[in-house]
Amino acid sequence: MTPPVSHLKGLDYAVVQQCMHCGLCLPTCPTYDATKVERHSPRGRIALLRALADDRMELTRTFAEEMYFCLGCLACMTACPAGVNYAELFEHARAEAESSGLLRSPRRNLIRAFAIRWLFMDLGRLRFVGRLLRLYQQLGLQTLVRRSGALRLLPRRLRELEALTPDIQPRFSAELIAPVTPALGPRRYRVALLTGCAQDLIFSDVNRDTAEVLARNGCEVITPPKQLCCGSLHAHNGEWALAQELARKQIEQFPPDQFDAIISNAGGCGSHLKHYHKLLAADPVYRDRAALWDRKVKDIHEWLMEIGVQPPARPAPLQVVTYHESCHLAHGQKITAQPRQLLRLIPNLRLVELPESTWCCGSAGIYNIVQPEMANQLLERKLRHIQSTGAAIVANGNSGCLLQLINGAKQKNLPVRVVHPVTLLAEAYRR
Amino acid sequence: MLSELRRLVGADQVLTAKEDLIPYSFDGTAALQQLPECVVFARSTEQVVGVLKLAGQARTPVVTRGSGTGLSGGSLPSPGSLVLGLAKMDKVLELDRANLTLLAEAGATTQAIADAASAAGLFYPPDPGSLKISTIGGNVAENSGGLRGLKYGVTRNYVMGLEVVLPEGEVLWTGNKCVKDAAGYSLRDLFIGSEGTLGVITKVLLKLIPKPAAQKTLLATFPQMDQAAQTVSDIIAAQIIPCTLEFLDRTTIQCVEDFARVGLPLDCEALLLMETDGHPGAVAEEAAQMERIARQNGATEVRVAKDDAEAARLATARRSALSALARVSPTTILEDATVPRSELARMIRFVAAVAAKYQLRIGTFGHMGDGNLHPTFLTDERNAEEMHRVEQAFQEIFTEAIRLGGTITGEHGIGVSKKSFLPRFAGDAQMRVMRELRRALDPRGILNPGKMFDA
Repeated sequence: MTPPVSHLKGLDYAVVQQCMHCGLCLPTCPTYDATKVERHSPRGRIALLRALADDRMELTRTFAEEMYFCLGCLACMTACPAGVNYAELFEHARAEAESSGLLRSPRRNLIRAFAIRWLFMDLGRLRFVGRLLRLYQQLGLQTLVRRSGALRLLPRRLRELEALTPDIQPRFSAELIAPVTPALGPRRYRVALLTGCAQDLIFSDVNRDTAEVLARNGCEVITPPKQLCCGSLHAHNGEWALAQELARKQIEQFPPDQFDAIISNAGGCGSHLKHYHKLLAADPVYRDRAALWDRKVKDIHEWLMEIGVQPPARPAPLQVVTYHESCHLAHGQKITAQPRQLLRLIPNLRLVELPESTWCCGSAGIYNIVQPEMANQLLERKLRHIQSTGAAIVANGNSGCLLQLINGAKQKNLPVRVVHPVTLLAEAYRR
Repeated sequence: MLSELRRLVGADQVLTAKEDLIPYSFDGTAALQQLPECVVFARSTEQVVGVLKLAGQARTPVVTRGSGTGLSGGSLPSPGSLVLGLAKMDKVLELDRANLTLLAEAGATTQAIADAASAAGLFYPPDPGSLKISTIGGNVAENSGGLRGLKYGVTRNYVMGLEVVLPEGEVLWTGNKCVKDAAGYSLRDLFIGSEGTLGVITKVLLKLIPKPAAQKTLLATFPQMDQAAQTVSDIIAAQIIPCTLEFLDRTTIQCVEDFARVGLPLDCEALLLMETDGHPGAVAEEAAQMERIARQNGATEVRVAKDDAEAARLATARRSALSALARVSPTTILEDATVPRSELARMIRFVAAVAAKYQLRIGTFGHMGDGNLHPTFLTDERNAEEMHRVEQAFQEIFTEAIRLGGTITGEHGIGVSKKSFLPRFAGDAQMRVMRELRRALDPRGILNPGKMFDA
């Protein structure tokens, strides 16, 4: 057997050495805050990575598990004055953990093979599963199963997972958005709209609202009906080769030189989409196009504020809104002002600041599925803060967080509406 | 011993796995590393007593640790040591509005204390650069300073009482809520700045003061470093004691702006961050005077922070200076030589000359108002030859600081990094008394051995 490719050895040592262990990351790290144990902190994890690079430590199962205990929220990157690229370290470390095989178990292997390597590599498969889920929900089967108590026959983890299944939209993006949406009025820009994978099934309405808002502001919107996952799921879970494959396909589908911008409306995806160049740096065929791609990818809030948005004119009822920041929008993409600016454009909308607005809600990609305990702690903390604002609406720009908050509000019976800022803007236009 | 420790504090509060020990093998100090034998978290004074008794029986060295942000290796594990973690003893226990005091466990963060004071309309002034995570126990053990030292003093000036567990396991309370107290030796003052060598501080009683009614922050830009130093001298000579007089040199400005993006001017040799606080009338007057003095000394621009939020951003940016310097080199080694304010300009010139002599890259920033400089060499610890030059440069800087009537450390402590300079600075008599004190309190020599000086 050939030895696994060592992702960490390939890393520039300067990246780990950049950390001067001052500890300024500690108060921003949710897992350190919860445990007060250095191993669960950014500088602790970096110390382990450095020990690996220095051959002071073997790659162990404990290390591999630690890298999956990290949320990857990147709050430490915002806090770090030394500019350590933790995102890169984190992805390499998880890839190393995967290639080492230390975490392998029959159940984990099966789930990963199904979800990461099969389901999320192709939208057709995902839509098929989505339709099945929708059927299960629409025929009243879900309610029936839940009421019957049949779920009690399932192991506890599966029962918890069943409770997390999102409501599937009746119609996916391709049924809501034309392949070409002309600009309303004179065309100022030509943009591509990325409809995502899970987003396409669960939040196709957000995609439709995004296309609508873009068109209203002078953008011709190109939305191919069949799209792909951006690969963030794969990169964050140690599947670099698959992430690279998806990046190449994206670039093929949306040649970056043909658009003024490539729009993402999910903070987590956008944060990954903006780093294709790094992912494909060793690929002579795609390298340059990837660099251009990175420059063209824009988060929807970022793009709208850049081009200037026509404020909705119609009078509206008072809406009290608070804004929860997606980690990868705030820390990954450093986009914090624009969503708030966008919300303030809406007539009669009062924005109340959310305490700890940039603290992770526990969604963190698939973290809430693989680390339910920590994820729930974070969710409860978030919900407490949301309640403290008295707002009836929580706005958020990432599908993972939206889902986490919707589930949380449902479990706790909180009368709050969880919604993407773009949807609020679209509604204001439609009035 | 491990099984007894686990019984005492709970199995999950004792860490021995390599993956757990490596993250405790350093503190905030560059280029120092030592694995401990184990890490033990105490959650009460009683547990600290128990841990010290067990360690004493086994003659295992104990290194007390808060958040591990120290800059002299004070909480670096000693070889074969037990790291006693106090970060989980983090409660603010009492805020006494009648006596203006606050009682906290040693692991409470400086920020939590400042916030608790502020919520009651009061003020806890010491603000070390790491205040968001540093613990009050660590602040007391190192006698930490900060940006406001000039007007408000350092941690020592705010400690009214301490609960300390002595190395043999006895619990001692020193100090109280009285403003005046002339009873016996002030043991409290002995433990402040003792760097974990005399006892384990478990509770801290702090003095709070009324919150200043107003504050104003100014940022002055200078084409030459000397002009900034002269401005500071002139402000002090004009008998103005502002809350903060911080300076940054060109290299530091660049790094800080890269990180903080607060709009620092990049085309200057020195920046002075000046803050005055107090009665609104006095603040306005002092700010005007400071602006005038800065301009007289050649400041090309004096920017006034438009609100508290901008002032806070500027102070936070300044606090990030040391870590931000790590952007340009793999290793940043800083010192905090301090000189009487009258010797400031001379010391700054000397530091620049030494850096040139040894061909070293340097970023200098610090608390100009209190003579506390932070010359920081930007180097690479893997380059042994350059590290040797760094050492030589520091030798010269310390020698000069002592010659000018200054000190080898203003606020970071001796720890291991300045241990070799202490005897020359302190002199034989002081060293003898310190040794005898330490032996008297810690006869078995288990607390932080090898730090400050060899007992």
